[in-house]
Amino acid sequence: MTDMLPEQSRRYWFVQGMKGLFSLPGFILMSAFVGFTALAFQSGLTRGEAAFLTFFVWALPSQMIVVGAISSGMGVLAAFLAVSLASIRMTPMVAALVPEIREKKTSSALLIFLSHFVAITAWVYTLKKVQDIPREGRLAFFAGLGITLTLVNTAIVFGLYGVVSQLPPIAAGTLYFLTPMYFVMSIWESARQPVIYWALALGVIIAPASHYVAPQIDMLVTGLVAGTFAYVIDRSRRRRAS
Amino acid sequence: MTAQDIGVFVFILIAGTLGTDIWRWLGVFGGKQLSEESEALVWVRSVATALVAGVIASQVLYPGGVLAGTPVTLRIGAAAAGFAVFLLLKKNMLAGIAVALAVLAIGLHLLGI
Repeated sequence: MTDMLPEQSRRYWFVQGMKGLFSLPGFILMSAFVGFTALAFQSGLTRGEAAFLTFFVWALPSQMIVVGAISSGMGVLAAFLAVSLASIRMTPMVAALVPEIREKKTSSALLIFLSHFVAITAWVYTLKKVQDIPREGRLAFFAGLGITLTLVNTAIVFGLYGVVSQLPPIAAGTLYFLTPMYFVMSIWESARQPVIYWALALGVIIAPASHYVAPQIDMLVTGLVAGTFAYVIDRSRRRRAS
Repeated sequence: MTAQDIGVFVFILIAGTLGTDIWRWLGVFGGKQLSEESEALVWVRSVATALVAGVIASQVLYPGGVLAGTPVTLRIGAAAAGFAVFLLLKKNMLAGIAVALAVLAIGLHLLGI
């Protein structure tokens, strides 16, 4: 690669990034979006709304929250807060990625634009590969990967919406179930701190109570109450250990 | 203001896009100060996880569409069976998801759906 001009190198690495679509994480993500399509349809979103949501949010947890907020009649401010609480994790993710992929002359505007394509799959994949990529190819690699994943999955949602809406009820109902199952297991699997297990368990347990007490803002109540409770339990456990 | 009041697309842009992208933009600029190990971030991660857990629970307990009229015991049973298999097989997601969906599908079939 060393004998390539920077421009050729960038094009090469952009295409290498695009090929990440055909990796195992790429396939898992696409399956998750097939499930999301069923979820969006069963929750009453139109085809255009579901595809728009996928492209312009590009984070499955946020997308699930928005779908839930629309179908339960949640106010836009409460929904914004719920999505924000679930998305603060993006800040340290992007902050860790940027120094790895930027060049000295990379403009902030370009980084702002490309940051929209940061989500867990592209982030993990880029950070894993970045050491083997020359500096001038790294941004192109991430751009190729992130933009391809976003566009292809938006196309999946748009294209499969028609298929999902025609499925027999038993298949449609089963496909709907893919999203919650995928999420609960992937969070459990990728947890690196015990607090995650507590938060997951308490969130599931407290959710029906929040739904009963505050149906309009139940997600926010569950997150704040169960999350804070899990944090306090975890902190006292850590204090005892140290 | 709900999605009905302001339109679904505007709702998505304000709650979804802005609520997510603001944090990505912050990462481009000042994100370095936010340490992965800081107590504030442990709390944030805990709240975010509980929030998504609540959304997952709602999808199982209060689903829309064809599952809306099905017995809640079937949905909880399918989810619990899948998760148990996932844990027993050393976090095998594929097996866990397959079992959850299979139990649900069999249940729906037996109910005549």
